[in-house]
Amino acid sequence: MDHISPVLWQFLQKWLQHFPLFPPEASTIAAQSDALYFFMVLVSLVGLSVVILLVIGFSILYNKSRHPHAVQIEGSTLLEATWTIIPLGLFLIMFVWGALLYFRIYTPPANAMNIYVVGKQWMWKVEHPGGQHEINALHIPTGRPIQLTIISQDVFHSFSIPAFRVKREAIPGRYTSVWFEATTPGTYHLFCTQYCGTNHSQMIGDIVVMTPDDYKKWLQGSTSGDSLAQDGERLFASLSCNACHNARPDARGPSLVGVYNSHLTLSSGQSITADDAYLREAILNPSQHITQGYAPIMPTYQGQVSEEGVIDLVEYIKNLDSDYRLQQTLNTTELPADNEGKPTPAGNAPAAQKGVNP
Amino acid sequence: MSAATIVTLPDQSTARIPKMNFLTKENGLLSWLLTGDHKRIATLYLISITFFFFIGGSLAALIRLELLTPQTSLMAADTYNKVFSMHGLIMVFFFLVPSVPATIGNFVIPMMVGAKDLALPKINLLSWYLYIIAGGMMIYTMASGGVDTGWTFTTPLSTHYLNTNVVSAALAVFVAGFSSIFTGLNFIVTIHKMRCPGMTWFRLPLFVWSTYAASLLMVLGTPVLAITLTLVGLERIFHIGVFDPAFGGDPLLFQHLFWFYSHPAVYIMILPGMAVISEVVSTFSRKRVFGYTAVAFSSVAIAVFAFFVWAHHMFIMGISNYSALIFSLLTMLVAVPSAIKIFNWTFTMYKGSITFETPMLYAIGFMGLFTIGGLTGVFLGSTGTDIHLTETYFIVAHFHFVMVGGMLMAFLSGIHFWWPKWTGRMYPEKISQLAALTTFIGFNFTFFPQFILGMLGMPRRYAAYPPEFQALNVFSTAGASILGVGYLLPILYLTWSLKYGAVAGDNPWQATGLEWQTQSPPLTENFVEIPIMDHEAYDYDWLEKQNPARQQEKEVA
Repeated sequence: MDHISPVLWQFLQKWLQHFPLFPPEASTIAAQSDALYFFMVLVSLVGLSVVILLVIGFSILYNKSRHPHAVQIEGSTLLEATWTIIPLGLFLIMFVWGALLYFRIYTPPANAMNIYVVGKQWMWKVEHPGGQHEINALHIPTGRPIQLTIISQDVFHSFSIPAFRVKREAIPGRYTSVWFEATTPGTYHLFCTQYCGTNHSQMIGDIVVMTPDDYKKWLQGSTSGDSLAQDGERLFASLSCNACHNARPDARGPSLVGVYNSHLTLSSGQSITADDAYLREAILNPSQHITQGYAPIMPTYQGQVSEEGVIDLVEYIKNLDSDYRLQQTLNTTELPADNEGKPTPAGNAPAAQKGVNP
Repeated sequence: MSAATIVTLPDQSTARIPKMNFLTKENGLLSWLLTGDHKRIATLYLISITFFFFIGGSLAALIRLELLTPQTSLMAADTYNKVFSMHGLIMVFFFLVPSVPATIGNFVIPMMVGAKDLALPKINLLSWYLYIIAGGMMIYTMASGGVDTGWTFTTPLSTHYLNTNVVSAALAVFVAGFSSIFTGLNFIVTIHKMRCPGMTWFRLPLFVWSTYAASLLMVLGTPVLAITLTLVGLERIFHIGVFDPAFGGDPLLFQHLFWFYSHPAVYIMILPGMAVISEVVSTFSRKRVFGYTAVAFSSVAIAVFAFFVWAHHMFIMGISNYSALIFSLLTMLVAVPSAIKIFNWTFTMYKGSITFETPMLYAIGFMGLFTIGGLTGVFLGSTGTDIHLTETYFIVAHFHFVMVGGMLMAFLSGIHFWWPKWTGRMYPEKISQLAALTTFIGFNFTFFPQFILGMLGMPRRYAAYPPEFQALNVFSTAGASILGVGYLLPILYLTWSLKYGAVAGDNPWQATGLEWQTQSPPLTENFVEIPIMDHEAYDYDWLEKQNPARQQEKEVA
């Protein structure tokens, strides 16, 4: 268009820079989300124009002064079928397109790096598996799928990153998750979008997207020394979990080695997959989640462990069957280059069980 | 009057308002407070909802003023939260839900079906009293410090994390709910049992069909709201764990229950608006509504589907992906009957003989704004785009296009349309056309920028926001001041017209409904004798035959 009128083109560009109509696209999903959005805008504009043109056209053509006597018409099955089927067809296209996008946003890939997010009035606490803690900020590298496991420790919040076109509710008592892969380094808005009380509008922060190299430097500079799993190990001992869950033949509780992502049969007969949500529930509300063959003797830890504590325990249990201490060293010193050294690969545990219960 | 008008007024030098009518039959405050007359109760409702509309509107003005600047400059964050919460509560439960049904519906439905009154006049009065009691509680809630739950009462925030008057606000909404249940029940019974001889279901004006559909929703949906609010109260006062996981409750249960009412409630609010539009578009096009049966059944279809789409408010809340899929599909289906209605109204104008009195201007405004509101609803009904757009200003803009651009326009259209019947006098035409135009322009300036704000990611319910959103917010606030003028004007000139308006006569619009075939204002019994319906609805040929003098006049011309 710039060859038609360079001046106009420049003006338009400047204007759009200052008054953008949509936020930056900084994740792989953003462009896909925007494609559907623009398709919908287009369909809406066409639909709206049809209605407006018809209304204006009829207003002029059949104005009383021009058309003094109305012609009574009952209706037209053909016309009515047309304006039933065409909108229905368009809406169904939007439905299918939207559903594909939705499943993509809410189905994390298996090799995603997991980061925990805890919402509370009025801040976001972020816990990296390597033990880096952040408040109202999230540092992530480009080019790598990141999964967020989100929970609230009080009321509903919502973790929203407009530049990535993703958002997920932080629900008290329940893990939710979302994933994304950032593409463009920069600092983007993090908003809480679910009304959560007085300082709802202050529950904001920065999403800092860095190149992998910068991210490696940041990881090294921000480590607290201990990984989440190591914190979990200490908590596991101090709560005396190992009195029962100790993998001995006569243990009163089931061994937790390799339990993560395994299929369990509960004493109720129900068959479940031991994911993050199950592990959390089993710690806080054990009587409902007894593994078949064990007595319901485990006390509840509701109120004794914070959400961060639970995350540490879950992270510890996840890593029981791997050499997490070795990985911890890798984590806090350098960015793992491939799947081998990744902090918490969901569901691809090493074949050999090197880790033993403490 | 120019050629492009259908207004037929009696000779003003001799015309008088009939001495005997429902307004003059009895005098004194008691005769109003103990009345069983649906028209008087409608009048009481009109006064009360106008009062609440202006409270809600003033709160909206405060919201827009605060959002002029990115910082919290006018009020503290807590105050802002209370202001938008009270704005939502009052506008939804004390204006939008009762607006058309309890005022216009109450006034015209018995006349439209050819009855002397609603089936249950005392219940009708009771529902106004419940509304007033509920309104009193809401005023008390405001006076005693307000409430900051948002209109959605989201738990566990509302049950354990706020120390404002949540219980009295919930109780107010609870009582108001019963007012709405009784109104709905009354309409259903009346429409089933009180139709005059010859008035078959398919001779009913479409206003009645649409209000009937809304009444079904009121009766079936509102009890769920009552139960939900009771549970909120129990959890808040007695710490019974229903919704708060810290007490063993289920946090998503509240969302399911609340939206099970509150989504149908959206249709409770909009269906009566659609009811008005069908009447107005037909009357001012001098033409029967295009595809009567399609419009009638689309109202019923909306009412049925309305109960099966609630979880589209929860796409990002961790419901299973597959249930999101099903609710999204059902949401797409509910959009279709609305599209059908829009096109049927548009084609009602085709080959009509259209004039543009104020009710028609508002109705055309409705058609444009409701189309935008409906289409942007599809953005939110599609799961993928909902993730980015929900909980932002996009949602705010969407429901204001439907509720204010749609419902409020329809309400004003209806008020102007039936004003001559109600009071016996005409409103001043020129200034009211100006008001309709002002409202339309002000509305678009106020709410269109909010779509862009939402796409940019600005969250709703924020007292302070990042500075880059300021320009659009300033636009929006400027628009709101125009909109405010648009709403003040009708109050002024309608009040003026009570005394100085031209005498309207029985049927100034030459409309076909039975309510236009009786005197204005009507008798307490509506008709001298119960009418017999011997023609279809919107039969303009029948109307011409009723009026030989008029026909003769035409032949001469």
